[in-house]
Amino acid sequence: MALTLDDVARIAHLARIEITDAEARRTLSQLNDIFALIAKMQAVDTSGVEPMAHPLGGAQRLRADEASETIDRDAALRNAPAQQDGLFLVPKVIE
Amino acid sequence: MTTHLASLAELARQLQRKQVSAVELAQAYLARIVAHRDLNAFLDIRPEVTLAQARAADARIAAGNATPLTGVPIAHKDIFVTKDFASTASSRMLEGYMSPFDATVVQNLGNAGMVTLGKLNCDEFAMGSSNENSAYGNVLNPWDKGAVPGGSSGGSSAVVAARIAPVATATDTGGSIREPAAFTGVTGTKPTYGRPSRWGMIAFASSLDTAGLMTNSAEDAALVLGPMVGFDPKDSTSVDRPGEDFTRDLGKPVKGLRIGVPKEFFGAGLQPDVEAAVRAALEEYRRLGATLVDISLPSAELGIPVYYVVAPAECSSNLSRFDGVRYGHRAKSYGDLNDMIAKSRAEGLGAEPKRRILIGTYVLSHGYYDAYYIQAQKVRRLIADEFRRAFEQCDLIAGPVTTSVAFGFGEKAADPVAMYMSDLYTIPGSLAGIPSMSIPCGFGAKGRPVGLQLMANYFEEAKMLGAAHQYQLATDWHARIPEGFR
Repeated sequence: MALTLDDVARIAHLARIEITDAEARRTLSQLNDIFALIAKMQAVDTSGVEPMAHPLGGAQRLRADEASETIDRDAALRNAPAQQDGLFLVPKVIE
Repeated sequence: MTTHLASLAELARQLQRKQVSAVELAQAYLARIVAHRDLNAFLDIRPEVTLAQARAADARIAAGNATPLTGVPIAHKDIFVTKDFASTASSRMLEGYMSPFDATVVQNLGNAGMVTLGKLNCDEFAMGSSNENSAYGNVLNPWDKGAVPGGSSGGSSAVVAARIAPVATATDTGGSIREPAAFTGVTGTKPTYGRPSRWGMIAFASSLDTAGLMTNSAEDAALVLGPMVGFDPKDSTSVDRPGEDFTRDLGKPVKGLRIGVPKEFFGAGLQPDVEAAVRAALEEYRRLGATLVDISLPSAELGIPVYYVVAPAECSSNLSRFDGVRYGHRAKSYGDLNDMIAKSRAEGLGAEPKRRILIGTYVLSHGYYDAYYIQAQKVRRLIADEFRRAFEQCDLIAGPVTTSVAFGFGEKAADPVAMYMSDLYTIPGSLAGIPSMSIPCGFGAKGRPVGLQLMANYFEEAKMLGAAHQYQLATDWHARIPEGFR
């Protein structure tokens, strides 16, 4: 199975990365090379094998649902590309 | 001043005996950093921060409440966030980013009194095997400035090889500590997954990312690893185990140690110069009294295909946080919110992170999840189970780190699959999550270094470091210093 240019455009949209047609064409052949490599593991018989999500197994630890340390608001906003009145600014979403 | 020729263990002793001050050490290394800036290994140095830390270390030594590492300089891979130095992950996306907190690893080493020299170049978001994916340029290999220093921890390997820092932090997701260590002739140690905290390590693939060290010897690694690791409630995959003295087996002879040699690590593709050096190292272990055991890891060759599903899947999820809203690059002009995000990511991310995000997005998308992601997780278990069975027959596993010595700039840059094959022998251990390391074991083509890989069962770092130290007592490959850096 090989990807098409439409697939690349669709994936790039899902990933929210703008991509030019030239980039999409270059990416297409690279992705197909990589998926040809990946295909080697698809043929393996894994019936009855439990998926391994994590090297040490078991469920992930959950912490108690209580407030702990917080980052100071000014410190949290210091790296924001746009901010005002202690809030992150983004383009208007709801007209 | 020849401070830089002393081992970390020796520097620590001199500091304790007040034969040298932390400020003098910091100044000596800062001067070397400037003198060798053509290596392009550092992305951020701030001498005033370093010297303030050094003065605090001297005060602590004077007050008698120092640790054995107080005053020893260290440089951090720019994957660990730091309050006092910019944290960029070598990406335009995070240019100038100042973290409101220190990564736990940085904090732990700071608590021990270590002095930070600066932040080290690496492949963007730790994705790469040559350091050519940095948005801030190549790092040069101190052994041969026409060769890559390996990646992703190329800055870390280069500065330790060049004796510009006595130790550097690094991270390993599929080989990013061991491969650059092999390419630059240093000792690169990746502990068991979950031992070091991932808090504040800019995330690439969360089920694989492991912090570790570049040093000039196994002894130095054993000294720094203890204070570096430990349970961290802020990391949901942090392992809750009591602290350990990783130096405890350094004096233990390898007589009777069973070293497994996987036949799959000596197949087609392994270059004869690397094979010769690795076989000679195995022979040295046999001479020291270890027993070599033939073992088989038949699924290891599936490591790369499995890795290039699992790691990109996790990367596509982790890198979704870079949206130009809270931090990071935002495009100058855009339309609506979606357009702002898509343009900011297009401009801020480099080609390799984008490629991996696209692969990951695809394998996680509706209709493909089971065929790719779940299947990869199942084969991952087969690989891990083979390691478990192998460790019933042997105490350690040994083999090559890489198929070849360091390659030249541009040789693999245009072919992602060729670059991915650089991690053929390191990825299986990463998928299993076991500790492993690279130690220098000779030189191959063009006088470029060769590494020997040692792998141990879960949580057996001390045994692995002990065996590495015994080899380093019997050989001097780890003590060789590249021309121009002595």
